[in-house]
Amino acid sequence: MIARHASAVTLCLLAATLTSPPLRAQPDVEDPLGSFMWGEMHQQLLGGEPYRFDDRVKVLAPADAEDSMNVPVLVDALALGRVKRLVVFAELNPIHKVLEMEPLEAGARIGFRIKVQQATPVRAAALTEDGVWHVGGRIVEAAGGGCTAPSLGSANQDWASRLGEVSGRLWPGEESTRLRLRIMHPMDTGLVAGIPAFFIETLEVRDTGGSLLTRLLLFEPVSENPVLTVDLPKVDQVALRGRDNNGNPIIARMLGGQTAGAQ
Amino acid sequence: MKVSWLIPIGVVLILVTRPGWAAKDYGLEPQEVAPGTYVLFGANEHFNFRNGGNIVNTAFVVTDDGVVVIDTGPSRLYGEQLRAAIATITDRPIIRVYNSHLHPDHFLGNQAFEDLPEAALAGTIEGIRQHGEMFNESLYRLCGAWEAGTRVVVPTEVVEPGIEVIGGHRLRLLALDGHSDADLVILDETTGVLFAGDLVFNGRAPTTPHANIAKWLAALDKLEGLSFSLLVPGHGAAADDRAPIAQTRSYLRWLSEGLAESAEQGLDMAEVLTPRAPPASIAELAVFAAEYQRSVAHLFPGYEAAALERGRVIQDSD
Repeated sequence: MIARHASAVTLCLLAATLTSPPLRAQPDVEDPLGSFMWGEMHQQLLGGEPYRFDDRVKVLAPADAEDSMNVPVLVDALALGRVKRLVVFAELNPIHKVLEMEPLEAGARIGFRIKVQQATPVRAAALTEDGVWHVGGRIVEAAGGGCTAPSLGSANQDWASRLGEVSGRLWPGEESTRLRLRIMHPMDTGLVAGIPAFFIETLEVRDTGGSLLTRLLLFEPVSENPVLTVDLPKVDQVALRGRDNNGNPIIARMLGGQTAGAQ
Repeated sequence: MKVSWLIPIGVVLILVTRPGWAAKDYGLEPQEVAPGTYVLFGANEHFNFRNGGNIVNTAFVVTDDGVVVIDTGPSRLYGEQLRAAIATITDRPIIRVYNSHLHPDHFLGNQAFEDLPEAALAGTIEGIRQHGEMFNESLYRLCGAWEAGTRVVVPTEVVEPGIEVIGGHRLRLLALDGHSDADLVILDETTGVLFAGDLVFNGRAPTTPHANIAKWLAALDKLEGLSFSLLVPGHGAAADDRAPIAQTRSYLRWLSEGLAESAEQGLDMAEVLTPRAPPASIAELAVFAAEYQRSVAHLFPGYEAAALERGRVIQDSD
C-alpha cells in the first residue's frame, strides 16, 4: 500500500505551455469553444480520426467551479443512439483524460466529478458506429489555486481502512435502472510531491448472469472518492468489479431496494 | 528653501508608485440606525474587482466609554477606511472589536485594529487560524488590488456568551451556530438593536460554505424569540421586523428540502445545478442563481452520501 498524506491533491501544472502549436486536422471546422488545445487533443486522444462538433453531445457542468476539487459533470450523448466509446477530457488540466466509457448495454450518459485547477474546456467525444467522433463540451471557469471557495478538505486519517469501500443504490425507472455509487479512494494524481499516482483504473458492471453491462476506465482527474451515475437496462441487482493502479480490487454487489434503516 | 519643494515631489512619487492604493476608496458612509449606533451597508453582490469586497455590513456603537466595532470588512484598506469613518463621527477611542464569524468579509479588516482588543467566539478564532490564509488568497483573486497588503490578524480574546456592559450599553452576547461553526450575535439591549451577523440575510441569497442547515434553522428560531426593535443582518438592509428572519428561514428550507429530495430521487449533482422552480420570493433574491449553484457544491454531497448509504450493497473480497 502506498502512503498518502491526507491533504487535498492539487493539479497545478500548466500543461498547455508544454505542448506544440495547435494542429488543424479539419481547418474548415470552427471549434465552438475556441480552444487552442483542441487540435492537440484530437491527435492525442482521438487518434486524429474523423470528428464533428455536435450539440447532441451535452456536457452539463457549472459555469464556475465553486470547489475545484469536485466539479460535477454529466455527459449525455443519448441523442446519438448507439455509442461505441465515450471519452471525456479536460483540455487545460495537466492530465487531460478524465474518463472513458464503453456504454455497451448502458445509455451513453455518465455523471462524475473532476478536479480542475484553472478554467478549462471540459469536452466529451462519442464514437458512433460509422467511425465518427461527435464532440461536445463547455468551458468551466475556475479562479485557480485549488479552492475557489473555502473547502475544509478531507483531512481523513482513516482512508486506508476504507479503501475500495462501496456505497451505492439502484433507482428503477420506466425503461432503465439508474445506478449511483461512491467508492472510497484517494484518486491521487501523482502531481503532488511525495504522493505517487494512485487511482482507480477500471470498473465493470455486470448483471446477475455475468453479462457485461458497461465498462469504465477512470483517470487521475476524477475526484477523490468517485461518485458515478450510469443508466443501465432494467436490472434488479448488479455486480461491480474493478481495480486501481496498484492492483487493489473493488468488488461489490448492489441489490435493489433500501436498507432496513431507510426512512 | 530647496527642501520645501522636495516635499510635493515626494507626495507625487508616493501617489505615482502606489496608484491603486491611493485611489481606492470604499466610500464608506456610516448610517445612524439608532442612537449612537451606526451601520456601514455593503452591496448585495458577489465579491468582485469593482466592489473590492464591500458586500458586507459592518457596524459600530458609540458608548460612554468608547466605540465598539462589530466586524471589520474584507480588507486592510476597508479596516483603515472604517477606522477613519468612525473618527468622522466621534473622537472617543475605539475600545473593542468583535468578529461575528470566520468569513473573510467580516474579519480581514482586523489588521487596521491590531492595537486594540479583538474578540470572537472560540470556534471563530480557531476557524480563522485554520482557514484565514486561504480566505485571504481567495479574496485577493476575487477583489484584486483592493486586498493589497492585507494580512490575517487572528482575534485574541475569546468571547464568552452572556451580558457585557460597556459604557452604558448592555450587550447580550449569544453564541449560536449554523451559518458557520460559531456565529456571534450581539443584542444591544439598551438600544434594542440586534446584530445578527450572517445568520440573517436580507434580500440576498444566503451563503453556505460552512453551513449546517439544521443548526442554522434552530438559531433562527432563537433569534425569532428575542426582543429587539431593529435587526441588522450581515448582508442587506436593516429591518424593524422579523421579515428577514422569515426570509432566510424559507430560503434555507427550500434549499435543503430540494437538495435532499433530489438526492433521494437519484439525481446526479450536475442535474441539480439548475434549481427546480423556485418560488418568486426566492428567485428574486440578489445573486440567487450563482449562490444556489455554490450551495449545491457545499451541501449536495452530504445529502447524496446519505441517499447512497440507504442502498443495499454487499461488499465482497477477492
